[in-house]
Amino acid sequence: MKKLLIPALLSALIVGCSSTPVDETSGAPVESRNGSSGVASVTAGGLDSRGLPRELTDPKSQLSQRSIYFDLDKYDVKPEYQDLVAAHAKYLVTNRGFKVLIQGNTDERGSREYNLSLGQKRADAVKRSLVMLGAKEEQVESVSLGEEKPKNPGHDESAWAENRRADILYRAPDGRGEF
Amino acid sequence: MPQIFRKFLFLLALLAAAGTQAQLSIEITGAGANRIPVAIANFAGETAAAQVIASTVRSDLERSGLFKLIDPAGATLDENAPVNFADWKGRGADALATGSVTRGADGRMQARFRLYDTQKQVALGGAVYVTGPEQLRAAGHRIADYIYEKLTGEKGIFSTRIAYVVKSGGQFKLQIADADGQNAATALSSTEPIISPVWSPDGSKVAYVSFEKKKPVIYVHSLASGQRQVVANFKGSNSAPAWSPDGRKLAIVLSKDGNSQIYSVNADGSGVQRLSQSAGIDTEPRYSPDGSAIYFTSDRGGSPQVYRMSANGGDAQRVTFEGSYNVSPRPSPDGKTLAFISRRDGRFQLAVMDLASKQVQILTDSVKDESPSFAPNGRMILIATEIGGRGVLTAVSSDGRIKQRLSVAGGDVREPAWGPFNP
Repeated sequence: MKKLLIPALLSALIVGCSSTPVDETSGAPVESRNGSSGVASVTAGGLDSRGLPRELTDPKSQLSQRSIYFDLDKYDVKPEYQDLVAAHAKYLVTNRGFKVLIQGNTDERGSREYNLSLGQKRADAVKRSLVMLGAKEEQVESVSLGEEKPKNPGHDESAWAENRRADILYRAPDGRGEF
Repeated sequence: MPQIFRKFLFLLALLAAAGTQAQLSIEITGAGANRIPVAIANFAGETAAAQVIASTVRSDLERSGLFKLIDPAGATLDENAPVNFADWKGRGADALATGSVTRGADGRMQARFRLYDTQKQVALGGAVYVTGPEQLRAAGHRIADYIYEKLTGEKGIFSTRIAYVVKSGGQFKLQIADADGQNAATALSSTEPIISPVWSPDGSKVAYVSFEKKKPVIYVHSLASGQRQVVANFKGSNSAPAWSPDGRKLAIVLSKDGNSQIYSVNADGSGVQRLSQSAGIDTEPRYSPDGSAIYFTSDRGGSPQVYRMSANGGDAQRVTFEGSYNVSPRPSPDGKTLAFISRRDGRFQLAVMDLASKQVQILTDSVKDESPSFAPNGRMILIATEIGGRGVLTAVSSDGRIKQRLSVAGGDVREPAWGPFNP
């Protein structure tokens, strides 16, 4: 399923009002204005792996592993993930029509916008590794979800460790896929 | 229709309107010294409407922390009634407001009031506000603004609006409410996160970051029509919008050329220009009120700190030095103070810096303060914080003495943004 975007005017609501002050002595009738507001609504599609080859989704395949975890305040791909990143790079080299979106994530501590930039550093690190190993620049987009999409909603060290992460999403040449 | 029945219907309508939205509630957890004693008499005229208006005025003034409300002891006085100044002075009121609410031939409500100085025994002024019957509280806010300005010398913010994001279940809602948290309306409802809302200087639009495209994209949302326009959707992340004071441009953060860096873009999405040049992270830009400079967060020195550069880009000067984590800079409307979030012993707290003396003051004792936002008169700073594991909004006076809490039942509230003065 592709992204589903439904901006719709659901109803007119009143947002605030402005009444106009006049000097009491003037006694003139005063026009007041109601701002009416449209409500926009967005439903985003979830992750949809249909349309992707089995080797990307079969739990037995290494390529179904899409998460790379990072240490606290660290933005480099750890040695234990080098094989996994190399496997994804190899797939992109042999399947030039495929694209990946790398989403960087952080734990919840600190400023949301600063965390967004930190998550970007993690995604960029994975992208650099992929490109260094032969993936084409145009095949890889690195973005950040910051602290906004925690995998583990908890507030302790183990939850935070799960959330310091970059995920790899795939899209097939026909446009079907996970982003 | 008998008048009493009409009033009853009207009350019902008010109650129905109140029940449809998750409301923010307000608590005063501290109060400033030297509060001005003021009495708001019961307004004459249509009883139900008069009560709504008088109680809105009273709660606005009380909430500001700058006034001490003197009980009018049941006195109902219209704006032309003779005032026994000695009597009100005896009750301790330095100022008194009287007024009335009547229904015009067109069905609209006319709220009149007059403000008196009981010491000097003179009228300080008065006004009439005409509103639809469903907007009496708005008239009350206008009257409170008038009284606030007459008695304190600075503009009131009771009729301004705030924006914030509520997370409830899997749903994210960008809401717009009155400054007292009432009258909340949803501008955008999404299944994906929404962060960093900022008001256009004229109050007609809100820019924000939405994750509905599986990555952060910046939108400008017109509040009257609900229409949304993509302002930045470049390769990589698009985030942290900030309006220029003239409303023509936005400072934004893009990662299209590598690291998160600051750019400017016209409000329609055209004319992207890079402003910052660093090998690290540059984010959270905010224009100074005169539009000449941009404050932002950068880790170029090894830890995230606040810097300042010309609005056209170029060299940056470091602004914060104490501690290893100072982020989310927001210059005050008069440009003299900088609010930001400072990490101290692992706690994220609201801080203010006097920009002339560089003196820093921590204003809260919280653990997880975020996203400060000045009221347009500079008196209060709205922040998101966490109490009992739940996101709430708190307004703190810029001297730290007054704190109000706003909370929405059953939801996490975050990302507040205080709107501009009403035109």
